[in-house]
Amino acid sequence: MGSLAVVAATALAAGCGTPGGSSDDAARTTTTASAKPDIAKAGDVTLTVWDQEVRGGQAAQIKKLNQQFMAKYPNVKIRRVAKSFDDLNTTLKLAVSGPKAPDVVEANQGLGVMGQLVKGHLLRPVDDYAKIYNWADRYPSLLLDLNKFEPTGTTFGTGQLYGLSQMGEIVGVFYNKKKVTEVPKTLADFEAQLDKAKAAGDTPIQFGNLDKWPGIHEYETVLGQTAPKDAVRNFVFQKDGASFDTPEFQAAAGKLQDWVKKGYFTKDFNGTGYDPAWQRFAKGKGTFLIAGTWLVADLADQMGDDVGFFTMPGTQAGDPVALGGESLPFTITSKSKHPDVAAAYIDFLTDQNAANILTETKNLAAMKYDTPAPEGALTQDVATAWKALGSADGLIPYADYTTPTFGDDLGGAIQNMLALKDSPTAFTADVQKKVDASKSGN
Amino acid sequence: MATRPAIAEEVPVAPARGGDRPPGEPRRIGYVYLIPALLIFGAFTLAPLMHAIWLSLFQWDGVTAGKWVGLSNYSDVFSDPVQRKAFGHALILIVFYALLPTAIGLLLAGAVARTQVRGFTFFRVVLFLPQVVALVVVAVMWRMIYDPNNGPINETLRHLGLGGLAKSWLGDFGVALPAVGLIGTWVMYGLCMVLLTAGVQKIPKSLYDAARVDGAGPVREFVAVTLPALRGEIAVALTLCTIQALRNFDIIYNTTKGGPGDATSVPAYQVYRRAFETGQVGSAAAMGLTLAVVIFLLSTAINQIAERGAKG
Repeated sequence: MGSLAVVAATALAAGCGTPGGSSDDAARTTTTASAKPDIAKAGDVTLTVWDQEVRGGQAAQIKKLNQQFMAKYPNVKIRRVAKSFDDLNTTLKLAVSGPKAPDVVEANQGLGVMGQLVKGHLLRPVDDYAKIYNWADRYPSLLLDLNKFEPTGTTFGTGQLYGLSQMGEIVGVFYNKKKVTEVPKTLADFEAQLDKAKAAGDTPIQFGNLDKWPGIHEYETVLGQTAPKDAVRNFVFQKDGASFDTPEFQAAAGKLQDWVKKGYFTKDFNGTGYDPAWQRFAKGKGTFLIAGTWLVADLADQMGDDVGFFTMPGTQAGDPVALGGESLPFTITSKSKHPDVAAAYIDFLTDQNAANILTETKNLAAMKYDTPAPEGALTQDVATAWKALGSADGLIPYADYTTPTFGDDLGGAIQNMLALKDSPTAFTADVQKKVDASKSGN
Repeated sequence: MATRPAIAEEVPVAPARGGDRPPGEPRRIGYVYLIPALLIFGAFTLAPLMHAIWLSLFQWDGVTAGKWVGLSNYSDVFSDPVQRKAFGHALILIVFYALLPTAIGLLLAGAVARTQVRGFTFFRVVLFLPQVVALVVVAVMWRMIYDPNNGPINETLRHLGLGGLAKSWLGDFGVALPAVGLIGTWVMYGLCMVLLTAGVQKIPKSLYDAARVDGAGPVREFVAVTLPALRGEIAVALTLCTIQALRNFDIIYNTTKGGPGDATSVPAYQVYRRAFETGQVGSAAAMGLTLAVVIFLLSTAINQIAERGAKG
């Protein structure tokens, strides 16, 4: 016990205050911009930007846009710090709260990263700039909502806007054109094709769930067809009264279990990695693959014109609903000394010119602008699906946004459910219990 | 005791020139020499440790002001089923990471003790190789080996007509933890073997000769000569492997991420998740410190048992 006292005394003597207490929580006075600032007259400015655009087409577009921005405003120098997604997420909080905070950072949506930063008043709301630059017309409403937060940092989807994203993302169905000649119009059509593939001795849906998160994409892709899209959105944004434990959410689980029982998925999917699964599909094994548009470049490379993409059809033909979202938003830090320049930079990264460059570099531009048709059949399928979802307002958000621990909680619960260890009702009840526990823990 | 003269009294206390003293005299200045090492140790080991202890008393998300919660993060370690389960898994992993490798190492050492193996150095290198490979590489490789569809284990089983035994090794709730554990066995047994065979080589040949004269067979020889002589090495092997078992993160993170469900979740993985992903820094610190205490207690216990045995 004596040693414990010494330890406590030393800790106090070391002068540890309450952790995080030094950053004053009083609302910072931010000047509100009311007119389009003239960047050319802003003097010499160095803008430090932390992004995670490090892979192929992503890296190409950001390099090009940065060059163009610096050419347009020779007085502005962009100091780019490129990090991998994981590295960015784990180091961002410290960097933004430190004395040499970057000006513009890509802050991942949801409570884990963006929520924490908003709670700590470390990001500057950009509603004033949104008005000046008319950003609201640039995006489908869900894509702006995803970058909004209440000032408390605990609720998102509403509140103040904190940034803009460049690229869209859809989770849909890739299909092998050699095996599927007609794109299914309804969920029943799709199931009939699964049955046919099974009868032909093929793996109907290539699926690898060892990494825990892929199951969330299968689940929500079906959920979009069994539940009204607003029920999913309200749950993810944790609106009052929204619940996971409803018949519609159970129906999606029931449908998936049905598919498991009929052998529509890769055998032993819970022990198969995500990468081996899609690679097998790329090699022509399997008929369908439920995955996100991040695989487009790889699949097009390997399968050429033999691969197509559609969003999961609903129980009736009609407006599409699909799981999707957008890339990490570019946000402005509270400590930035050049918010005007930062806002102009974000505007530049998401305008019509940027949309064209994104398309050229084989990215899916999130903005509503018309862009020249992309090369390649698969990219065209994806662009068409994105447009259709945009005009039907059909995107539903990733459920892992719900609570900071939800990605892991839901991923684990779905592994249980898909292994038929939990009935659909037990599954939804268990998940809702975890949501409640996580919320009361905060 | 009272008669023992205090050395300091015999020496003139304030000599004009310090250098005149005979060598070996205790002087306060001695402590000054400790300062550089102490500063480094303090700055890089003690201070972070103290800071972690301090943080563990808060509910803190890493950004906003933390909330003092006293010892409740520690009581959570025992009451929260998620954390308790993780510690339970870690204890099971000790079997695979420490007990099995030591047993295999002992068998190999016992075999080597009796006979001269030609080219033994070569075999030792080969058997030790898993220790040299980075754990991330080990994990990625074993993910391929365990792949249920075209991983070599299941392929082999199917070729042998034992397809019924083929499993979803990392995806099956009952099998995943032992499967991850066996990766640990593979990594650690080489280290145990090297430690134990080195121990065997210092056992005097005369002991074996005496045992053989007394008519001891290989088993008797192993139990009566090899095993007692290796007590120290066994303790070292067990300690190193137990620590590895408890702080095991890389293999879990790169194979199953704690899944399926939370069937392979371990404390070190929970610490990482809480500290860097879910904004529960206080809880992560409490888990980490609890883990450190468990490691400390277990390694003390192992060495106590080894020492007590040596005396008796």
